[in-house]
Amino acid sequence: MPGGGTTRTAVKPRTVRNGYGLSPLVLAVAFVASLPLLVVILSFLGGAGDVWPHLARYVLPQALSNTLWLATGVAIGTTLIGVSLAWFVAACEFPGRRFFSWAMLLPMAMPGYVLGFAFAALFEYTGPLQGGWRLLFGSSEHFPDIGARGAAILTLTLTLYPYVYLIVREAFASQGIRGLEVARSAGFRPLQGFVRVTLPMARPWIVAGVSLAVMESLADFGTVKLFNYQTFTTAIYRAWYGLFSLQSALQLSLVLVVLVLVALILERRLRGRARYNDPGTARHSRRITLSAGRAWSVSLFCGAILFVAFGLPAGLIVKWSIENFALEFDSGYWRLITNSLMLAGFAAMFITGVAMLLGFTVRRSPGIANRSLARVATLGYAIPGAVLAVGFFVPVAWLSRGLNDVIVGNDGTVIALQSGLTVIFLAYLARFLAVAHGPVESALQRIRPSVEEAARGMGVSGLRLLGRVHLPILRPAILTATLLVFVDLMKELPITLMTRPFGWDTLAVRVFQLTTEGEWERAAMPAVAIVIAGLLPVILLTRRRY
Amino acid sequence: MLLISARTMTISVCLAVLSGLAACGGENAAPGADDAQPPQPVVVYSARAEQLIKPIFDAYTSETGVPIQYTTDSEQPLIQKLLAEGQTTPADLLLTVDAGNLWYAAEQGALRPVYSEALEANIPAHLRDPDNHWFGLSVRARTIVYDTRSVDPEELTDYAGLADEKWRGKLCLRTSEKVYNQSLVAMLIAQLGEQTAERIVRGWVANLATDVFANDTQLLEAIAAGQCAVGIVNTYYFGRLQKDNPEIPIGVFWPSAETGGVHVNVSGAGVTRHADNAEGAQALLTWMSSPKAQNLFGGENMEYPANQAVAPHPLVAAWGPFEASPMNVAQAGAYQADAVKLMDRAGYR
Amino acid sequence: MLTLTDVSFRYGDDVILDAVSLTLERGQIGCILGPSGSGKTTLLRCIAGFEPVCGGEIQAGSNKLSSPQHQVPPEQRRIGMVFQDYALLPHLSTLKNVGFGLRGMSSAEKRSRALHFLQKVGLENLAERYPHELSGGQQQRVAIARAMAPEPDLLLMDEPYSNLDLALRQSLGQEMRALLKSLGATALIATHDHHDAFAMADVTGVLNHGRLLQWDTAYRLYHRPADRFVAEFVGKGVWLPGRIATGQSVEIETGIASGSMIADWPVGTPVDVLLRPDDVVHDDDSTLTAEVVNKQFKGSEFLYELRLPSGARLLSSVPSHHNHSVGESIGIRLETDHVVVFRRESGESRGKFP
Repeated sequence: MPGGGTTRTAVKPRTVRNGYGLSPLVLAVAFVASLPLLVVILSFLGGAGDVWPHLARYVLPQALSNTLWLATGVAIGTTLIGVSLAWFVAACEFPGRRFFSWAMLLPMAMPGYVLGFAFAALFEYTGPLQGGWRLLFGSSEHFPDIGARGAAILTLTLTLYPYVYLIVREAFASQGIRGLEVARSAGFRPLQGFVRVTLPMARPWIVAGVSLAVMESLADFGTVKLFNYQTFTTAIYRAWYGLFSLQSALQLSLVLVVLVLVALILERRLRGRARYNDPGTARHSRRITLSAGRAWSVSLFCGAILFVAFGLPAGLIVKWSIENFALEFDSGYWRLITNSLMLAGFAAMFITGVAMLLGFTVRRSPGIANRSLARVATLGYAIPGAVLAVGFFVPVAWLSRGLNDVIVGNDGTVIALQSGLTVIFLAYLARFLAVAHGPVESALQRIRPSVEEAARGMGVSGLRLLGRVHLPILRPAILTATLLVFVDLMKELPITLMTRPFGWDTLAVRVFQLTTEGEWERAAMPAVAIVIAGLLPVILLTRRRY
Repeated sequence: MLLISARTMTISVCLAVLSGLAACGGENAAPGADDAQPPQPVVVYSARAEQLIKPIFDAYTSETGVPIQYTTDSEQPLIQKLLAEGQTTPADLLLTVDAGNLWYAAEQGALRPVYSEALEANIPAHLRDPDNHWFGLSVRARTIVYDTRSVDPEELTDYAGLADEKWRGKLCLRTSEKVYNQSLVAMLIAQLGEQTAERIVRGWVANLATDVFANDTQLLEAIAAGQCAVGIVNTYYFGRLQKDNPEIPIGVFWPSAETGGVHVNVSGAGVTRHADNAEGAQALLTWMSSPKAQNLFGGENMEYPANQAVAPHPLVAAWGPFEASPMNVAQAGAYQADAVKLMDRAGYR
Repeated sequence: MLTLTDVSFRYGDDVILDAVSLTLERGQIGCILGPSGSGKTTLLRCIAGFEPVCGGEIQAGSNKLSSPQHQVPPEQRRIGMVFQDYALLPHLSTLKNVGFGLRGMSSAEKRSRALHFLQKVGLENLAERYPHELSGGQQQRVAIARAMAPEPDLLLMDEPYSNLDLALRQSLGQEMRALLKSLGATALIATHDHHDAFAMADVTGVLNHGRLLQWDTAYRLYHRPADRFVAEFVGKGVWLPGRIATGQSVEIETGIASGSMIADWPVGTPVDVLLRPDDVVHDDDSTLTAEVVNKQFKGSEFLYELRLPSGARLLSSVPSHHNHSVGESIGIRLETDHVVVFRRESGESRGKFP
C-alpha cells in the first residue's frame, strides 16, 4: 500500500533534496502502478513459445505499421484540433466563445464506440451517404473512401482531442498573449508569432495532452475493432483470445510500452535545458479582437467540430434511447448511475491526489531514480485495458491467496485484498495515473523555484508548503486532472469488469453487456446516461472559469 | 511526527471509506425463500451478457429459492480471473460462450468434471466435453447466407464450395478476429486436415468482394444492399434482422450432412474446480439443461437449444431443420490456435 | 521622428489616455514619468500598435501609424519593445532570444549579428545560457539587445528598472543612456521614478490620469513645472503661503524670495511658493533660525526637516559636515534662483510632500 512509505519525506524535506533521490512515496506509487508492467516483464521468464515466430512473421509487420500510422495520425489530428481550439478559446474573442469553452469538452464523454458506430452507419456501403451516391451516380465506385485507417484516425482524433484542448487551454490562458506581442514587436505576423513563440512555449502542455491521446489510442481496442483496423492492440488480443497465449499478449504489451517510453524520453531529450516558466504575468494582455469575418469563421470551426464529434453521435444515441426506452429503463438504472458516479468520483480524487504527491515529491528531490520511477508509473496507460486488468489482478490475487493461507487457512471465507474497493481503486490508479500526472506535472513546471524558496524561507515546508503554496497555484491543473480522470473512469471497462465487487455494476458495464451481443441500439441509453452523468460536473466546474 | 500520523490517518480513513462503500454495495441476489435455513447462494462468473442470463437466474431463484450471485466480464479475462483466484475464488459456476473458451478453461484446470445422468441425457454428446468438465447450453449455427435475388441455392454446397472461383468477387466474410470464424476454420482443420483447410481459406480470401466486416450484422446488410452475394454468419444475427425486416432478401442455406454438416458452436457452463458450493452449481447447471430453462436460454437470443427435446423459436424453426456437424465442439478449442495461424498465413485478416 | 497628436484611449468608460501630444526627435531619449495607473504602459502599447487609439494620431516620420480609422499592425512598425517583465522566451537561449527578430539573413549572419548586440550589452559570454539561468540585470540587458538587434526606428521600454534593486538601477541608468546613445537609438521609456528619468532622458513628460501635463527637459520640469502635480512628482519640497511682492519676488514668512519667476499676477495676489531642499541653505550667520525636527543622513548631505516659528515646515539640504541634532535651532537663508509659484486657489496652502 502506498500509505506506509509516504511519511518520511514529509518530515525531513531538506535532507533528500540533493541525494540520489529515491523517495519511499515514489517507490510505493510506482510499485502499485507498475504491478502490471512487472507481470508483463516476468512473462518473459517463461520463454516465448512457438507463438512469437508466427506473430513476428504474419501479424506484427502490418500491426506495427498500422499502429505507427494511427499514433501519428492521432498525434497530428489532436494537436491541430486541440491546440487551435485552445488558442481560440483562451486568447481570442469570437461569438459563442463562452459556450464553446466548455462545450468543446463534450466529445470527451462520448464513448468511442458510439462515434465510430455513427460514422460507420453513415459512411458504409449500406449507409445513407453511399446509398445516395449510388442513386445519383449508379455505383459506389468513386465514393470518397477514407478507409479503415482514416476512419480509425478520425474517430479517435475526435474523441481524444479534448485531452489536448483542456490541458493546452490551461497553458494558453496563463501564458496570455504576451509571447505573441514579443513576436509581433520583433516583426512577425500573428500566425508566424504563434508558430514561433506561442506553440514552443506551450510545448510541455501540448506534449502532455498529445501523449495522453496517443497512449489512449495505442490502448484502444473498441474503435479499431469496429473499423476492423489491425493494430498492435488487436495483435495482442489475437495472441490472447485467438491463440490462447496470455504470455505472448503480455510480451507484446511490453514492446508497446517500450516504444512509448522511448518516444517520451526522446521528447525530453530534445527539450534540453530549456524551461517553460511563463515569461512573466500577462498583466496587460487582453483577448485578441478578431475581425467579424474571422470571428465568425472561428465560431463556425468550433461549431463544425462540435457537431461532428458530439452533435451527430449524440443525436443518434438519443434517438436510439428514445426508441428503446421502454425496453431498457428500469429502477436499476439509478443504482447504475450512483455506482458510476461514486466509483469515478472518489477514484478520480484519489488518483489526482496521488499524482500530486508524486509530482511534488519528484520536484523536490528530482534524482534520476525518482524521475525514472515516476515515468514508469505512468506507462500503464498505453497498455490495452484488459491486459492491464489481468496484469494487475494476477499478482493481487496471488498476494491475497498467500495472505489467505496465512491468516485464515484454506476455508476461503475471507478474501482480504479482493473484497471491497481497494483493488479496483489501485487498479484504476495503475491505469489512469498518467492522465492526472500530465497536467499536474506541466503545471508544477510553471511554479518558479523562487516561490517555493520564499515559502520555505518563511518556515513553510512539507505538507504545509503543498497546501499553502502548491495547491492554490495548481488548482486549475488539479481540476483539469480530476475531470479528465473522472470522465475516463466513467467509460472505463476492463478493470471495472474484472475487479468490481459483486453488485457494483456501472453504466459502462451495462453498455458492455449490450454491445457484446451486438445490441448497439439498446446500448444507447446507458451511453446517454454516461454522457450526461459524466458531463454535468464537467460543465458545472468549467463554465465558470473561462 | 504530527505529519506522519496525519497522513497515515488520511490514508487509513480513505481505505476504510472504500471498504465501507464496498460493504454497502449490495447484492444481486434475490430474496431467498422462507425456509428456516436459507440456501447457500450459487456464485456465477458469466461471459454471457446480463440481459441474457438474468431472466434464467430469476426463474431459478423463484422456483428453488436459491439465490444467485453473478458477475460478468469478457471470456478470457474471466477465465484469467478464475485462474488467478485459485482456491480463494468465490465462483462456483463458469458460464461462457464459445467452445474454445470452455475447452481452454478445462485445459487450464479451472473446471471440475461433473457426472450427472440428467445432464448427459439432456445434452447430446457432441455438445459437451468428453471428460464432462463442461456442457453446452445453447447452440449457435454458423452457416451460409445468400442473396435470394441473385443466387440459386442449388449453386451452394458447403463452406469449401465458397472457395470456388465462381464466387470470385461475390463473397463477404467477417474478420478473422472473431472467435466464430476461428472455430469454423478449426473445425475445417479437424475435418479435412490442415492443408485442405488452408486451400479453402485461401480460396475464400481470393473471392472476397470487399474488406472483411467487423460484425455479422454489417455483413448481412451488405448482402441485402447487393455489395456481395454470399456470406457466412451466425443465424441469430440473421434472425434479429429478419424480425425487424421480414422482407429482407436473404436466404439461409444449410450444408448437408454428406458434406460435413453445419458448423455449430455452443455457449455452456462448467462447475469450477474450487467451488465452495459445487452441489448448488451442479443443480443450477442441470436445471439450465432442462426443457423449461432451455426455452428461456436460447429463445431470447434466437439461438438453438442444446437440449434436442426443445423446439427453437418459431422464426428460427422456419429456416428448416439442419444437420449439425457430428464432430465434438471441443475440437474447436483444440484446433483454434492452429486455425488462427492458418488464417494469418492465408492472409485472412 | 515620433509625433503623437491628441492621442486618446478608452477602455470601456474609463479614459486611459486623454489627448496626449508629444514629439520625439531622432536619436533622442524620452521618458514618460508618472505614477502607476497613470496610463504609461497603455501609451507605449498604443505606440507599439498593441492597442488601437480612440482619437488623435500617431506618426513616425511621415508614416501614419495609428488613427481611429487606421492601424498599422505592430509587426510592420519597426518599433522594438522591452517589456516590463522582459518577456524573454524561456525556451530559447540568450543568443536565440537576441536573434529572434532577425529575419531575411543567413543563420550565420543572424548569429554574428546577435552576438554583436550581446557584446554591446556585455553578455557575449552568456550566449548559450537560458533566461532562467540569468540574473535580473542580465535579463534586462538581453531584452534590450533583443529589441535593438533588428535596428528598429524606435525603442520602447516599459518600466525597465522596476524589477531591479536600487543599487543596480542607479548604476544602470547612466549605463543605459550611454548604451542607447552609442547605438544611436531613439527611445521612449516609461518609468515612475524621476531619478530614472533624469538619469537617462533628453526630454521627459509627466503623465497623470491619462493626461500629459508637461513635455520638457528634466531641468525645466524641476524648476519650471507647469503644474502643481509636476512640481510635486519630480522632487521633494514644501509649499509655503505667500504674496506676490514684485515681478521677480514673493513675500513669504521667511522674508522675500526672489529669482526668476513666471507670474504676471498683481502685487499682493495670494500664492503658494514651492521651496525645494536646495533652496534653503544653512547659514550660521543668518538671523533667520528654525528648529531641527527630523533629519536624514544622505551621505554627502543631511536632509533636515525644520520648523519655523509659525509652525510651518521647511526642508533643507545641508552638506554633511554640518551635523546638528534634533531640537537644535540652526540659521538658514533662502537662495532661490528659480521661484516656483502657483496662484492659491482656496483654503490653506498645502504643506510638505516627499
